[in-house]
Amino acid sequence: MSRNALISLIVLLVAAPLLPGIALKTKSVLTGRRGAPVLQVYYDLWKLGWKRSVYSATTTWIFRAGPAVMLVSLVAAALFLPLDGRAAPAAFAGDLVAFAALLALGRFALVLAGLDTGSSFEGMGASREVTFATFAEPALFLCLIALVLATGELSLSGMLGAPLAAAWTRAPASLSLVGISLFVLLLVENSRVPADDPATHLELTMIHEVIVLDHGGPDLAVILYSSALKLALFAALVASVFVPRARLGAAASVVALLAALILVSAAVGVVESAMARLRLTRVPQLLAGAGALACFGIVLLLA
Amino acid sequence: MRLLAICLLPALGAVFAFALSGRRFGAARVSTLVGIAAVHLVLVATLWLHPAPAAFGGWMGQDALGLIVLSLTSVLFFATALYAVGYLRRERPRGGRVFVGGLLGFLAATSLVALSQHLALLWVGLEATTFTVAPLIFHRHDRRSLEAVWKYLLISSVGIALALLGIFFLATAQSGAAGRPLLLPDLLAHARDLHPAWLRAAFLFLLAGFGTKMGLAPLHTWKPDTYGEAPSLVSGLMAGALTSCAFLGVARITQVTMAAGMAPFVQPVLLGFGLLSLAVAAIFIIGQSDVKRLLAYSSVEHMGLLVLGLGLGGIGAYGTVLHVLNNGLAKAWLFLVAGNVVLATGSSAAAANRGLMRTLPVSGALLVLGLFAITGSPPFGLFQSEFTILRAAVGAGHPWIAAAMLVFLAVIFVGMALLILEMALGDPTPRATRARESWWLLAGPVALATAVLMLGVYIPAPLQHALASAATALGGLAP
Amino acid sequence: MHTAPQVALLFIVLMNFAVLGTSRLSTCIRAVAVQGLLLGVLALLLAPRFSLHTGVLALGTIVVKAVTLPWFLAWAIREAAVRREVEPLVGFNASLLLGVLAVALAFAIAARLPLPGMQQELLVPVSLATVITGFIVLTARRKALTQVVGYLVLENGIYLFGLTQTESMPFLLELGVLLDLFVVVFIMGIVVFHINREFDSLDSARLDELTD
Repeated sequence: MSRNALISLIVLLVAAPLLPGIALKTKSVLTGRRGAPVLQVYYDLWKLGWKRSVYSATTTWIFRAGPAVMLVSLVAAALFLPLDGRAAPAAFAGDLVAFAALLALGRFALVLAGLDTGSSFEGMGASREVTFATFAEPALFLCLIALVLATGELSLSGMLGAPLAAAWTRAPASLSLVGISLFVLLLVENSRVPADDPATHLELTMIHEVIVLDHGGPDLAVILYSSALKLALFAALVASVFVPRARLGAAASVVALLAALILVSAAVGVVESAMARLRLTRVPQLLAGAGALACFGIVLLLA
Repeated sequence: MRLLAICLLPALGAVFAFALSGRRFGAARVSTLVGIAAVHLVLVATLWLHPAPAAFGGWMGQDALGLIVLSLTSVLFFATALYAVGYLRRERPRGGRVFVGGLLGFLAATSLVALSQHLALLWVGLEATTFTVAPLIFHRHDRRSLEAVWKYLLISSVGIALALLGIFFLATAQSGAAGRPLLLPDLLAHARDLHPAWLRAAFLFLLAGFGTKMGLAPLHTWKPDTYGEAPSLVSGLMAGALTSCAFLGVARITQVTMAAGMAPFVQPVLLGFGLLSLAVAAIFIIGQSDVKRLLAYSSVEHMGLLVLGLGLGGIGAYGTVLHVLNNGLAKAWLFLVAGNVVLATGSSAAAANRGLMRTLPVSGALLVLGLFAITGSPPFGLFQSEFTILRAAVGAGHPWIAAAMLVFLAVIFVGMALLILEMALGDPTPRATRARESWWLLAGPVALATAVLMLGVYIPAPLQHALASAATALGGLAP
Repeated sequence: MHTAPQVALLFIVLMNFAVLGTSRLSTCIRAVAVQGLLLGVLALLLAPRFSLHTGVLALGTIVVKAVTLPWFLAWAIREAAVRREVEPLVGFNASLLLGVLAVALAFAIAARLPLPGMQQELLVPVSLATVITGFIVLTARRKALTQVVGYLVLENGIYLFGLTQTESMPFLLELGVLLDLFVVVFIMGIVVFHINREFDSLDSARLDELTD
C-alpha cells in the first residue's frame, strides 16, 4: 500500500461527513436560506456519540450488528478505489465485482436490521430500498462494464487510474454517458432527490430514513457516518471517471480529490434544489434510463 | 408547358373551389369540377397525339408507363366528376367546398406522380395524395369514418416516410455514379454503376413504402376500413387511380433495379408479396357482408396480381401494365355502382340490400356484370391481362405459382359471387322501392363498363404500342 | 470525437431515450422540439460550405420542426386536456430496453452499409436508430397524440439521413418535404381534435368498431 494511497484513504474517511453538509448548504443557499453549518454532521456525530442506545425488546443481535456490518463493508469497499488516481490499497482482477458486492452487503445488513424490528414502517422502507436496488445494481454493473471496455482493465485501480486518461481521448462521449449514469446512481443509492428526499420526515414517503427509524445513540452515529461515507465513495467514483488524476503529483492528487468531492456534493445540492422528488413508481424508470445511457455508451464503444 | 398545365390546372381549380364558400356557390363548384376534369382529359388526349418534350430540366416528362397511368387517372376522374354532380345533389352538401377542393387537389397530385421523371418529385406527389384524400374520407364526420381516416393517415404516413428513406438510400446508391441525381433516365443509363447494397436497401424500403399506399399485404390493413367508410366515388378514385399511381412508384424502382441486373434479388420479393396479397384477399373475401369492404379486398387481390406479373418478367410485365388499366377502370365502375346502391338504400351491407335487379335495374345489372368483370371472366378486359400473367408464370417455369393463382382467383370468385348475387337477386327488402336512377349517376359507370368491355375485345394501336414499350421498360416483353 | 456534429448526433439519441422513457406528453413534445433544433443545427454544420441554400434550409427546419409543430401539438394537448400517457402496450422500462436494442441494431446495420465518401460515421446509425425508435413509439403507445409524436421522431430520423444527400437533394425538394410534413401533422392534429371530441378520450384502443 503506497503512502499516497493511505493518505488519500484517510482524507476520504475524515472528509466524508463534510459532503452531506455541503450538499445541504448549497441547497439552502440556492433556495434563499442560510441553512445549517457545513460541519453540522460532525456536530451530530459528536452529540450522538455521547448518548446511550436504547434497544427494543423485539430486536435481536441482527439489529445491533447492522450498523457495524455496514460501516465495515463500506470501509472495505473504499480500499478498492484508487483514490490517489493510480493504485488502490487492495487490487486484483475483477475487484469491481467485490466493490459492488460490498456495497450490496452493507445495504443488506441495514435492511435486515430494519426488518428485525418487526415494525411495518421499517418493513415498507426495506422493501422499497431493495426494489430500487434491483434496478440500480444492473445499472452499476453496466457502467462498470463500459469502463472495462473503455480501458481494457479488469481492476478498479486500472479502470479509474492511468488507462482512463488515455481512454478519454479515444471515447469521450461514452465516458461522459457513463459519468452521467453514475451520477444518477449516486442520487438514487444515497437517497437523494429525485429518488428520495433526505429532509422529509413523513414516514410514508421516506425510504432510507425510515429503515433507521429505531436506531439511536452511537448506532445512529455509525449509520450517519456510513451514509456519508457511501456518498463519499460514489462521489469519488464519479469524480474519478470525470477527472482522471493519474498524472498529478502526490499532494496535488489529494487536493484534487478533495476538490472533486466538494464539487460533486455541490452538484448534488444543485440537483436537489432544482427538482422535485419523483413518484415512487417512476424511480425504476429513472434507473432504467441511467442503464440505457450506460448501454448506449457501451454500444458506442463497441461500434 | 402542357405538362405543367396538367398538374397546375386542377390545383388552381382546387384553390378556386375552396375559396367559393357557402351553399349558393354549390353549382359553381360542381361546374368547376366537371369543367376542369374535361379540360384535363382533353390535354391528356393531346399528349397521345403530340408527345410533349421533357420540361424543367428533365424533372417532368412523359414516358409510356406514366402516360398510361395518367390517362387512366384522367378518364376515371372525368367519370367521377360526372357522378359527383348527381351525388352532391342527393347527399346533404356538407362542406361541399372541402369535397370539391379535395377532389381537384387529388387530381393535381396524381397527375404530378404520373408525369414525374424525378423520383423525389414523384414522392412529393404521392405524399400530397395522402392529405388531399384524408378530408374526403372523413366526409361524413361520424365515428366510423373518424376511425377510418385516423388509421389511414397513420399507416399511409408511415409508409410514405419509409418510401422517403428509400429515396434517400437510392440517392446514396447513386453518389458514385454519373448522371443527375434521382432522375429516372440517368438512373437507368448508369444503373450498373449504382452501389448494390444501397440499391437493395432502397428497393426494399420503396417497395414497403409504395406498397403501403398500394395496399399490398401485409400493409393493407387500412384498405377495408377506408374504402368502406369513404363516400363511394372517393373509394373508386382511390382504388382506381391512387393505387395505380402508387404502383407506378413500385414500377419505377423495379425498372432501375432490373436495369442494374438485380433481377434474381428483386423477382422473388415481388412474387412473395404478390402471392401473399392473393392469399390474404382470398381468406378475407369469404364471409364478407359489406360490398365496399368486399371491393377493398378485391383491390388487395388485384394489387397482388400486378406485383406478381412484375415479378414474373417476360410477358408478365405486359400483362401487368394492361392490368393496371383494366383493374382501374373496373374498380371505379364497381365502386360507383356501389355508390348508387348506398344512395338508394342508405347502407352498403348485404343485409340491407336485396333484389337490386328489381329496385335499381340499371345499377343492379351493372353490379352483376361488374362482378364478372372484376373476377376475370371473358369477354371483359381483365381476362386478357390475368391470362397473360398466367401464361408468364407457366412460361417462366413456375407452374405452381400459376396453380396457386388459379386457386386463389377461383376462391375469390366464389366469395364475391356469393355476396353480390345475394344482393342483386332475390326479393327486394320491404322498405325499398324502385328508385329513380339519374343520368348523372349512371353515365360514369356505363362509360367505364364499355371501356373495360372494349379492352377485352380490341386494343387500339396507339395503346398497344404504349403498352408494349412500357412492358419493355419494365424488363419484360410484349406478346 | 470532439466535433460538434457528433455531439449533436449523440444528443439526438438522448432525446430518443427521453421520448421512450417518459410518460408526460409535454416532455415528449419538448424532446422532439429539441431534436428538430439539433437537425437544423446539423444542417448548417454538415454543409461543406455555407450558402443561402443551407441557411434557409436550416431556418426552415427549425421553424417547422422545433417551433411550429411542437406549438401545435401543445395546443392539441391543452384542447384534449390530456397530460400523461397511461401505461402503454409496451411498458416504459421495456420501451427503454427496446430503444437500446434499436441503437445496437442500427449500429450493426450501419456497419454493413458504408456511406461512400462521408466522414461522419455516426450519422447513419443515429438516423436508423431514430427511425426504429419512432416506430416503437408509434406502435406501442395508446394515446393518439403520442402516436403523432412517434411519427415525428420517425420523420426526424429520415430527415437526418437526408442531410447526407444535400448535394443531390435540391433546395426546393427539401422545402417540399418539410411542407409535406407540416401539412400531414396539421391534419393529424385536426383528426386528433375530432377524436377527442367524438370519443371524449384520446385512447386509440377505443377505435375498434371497424373490424372484419
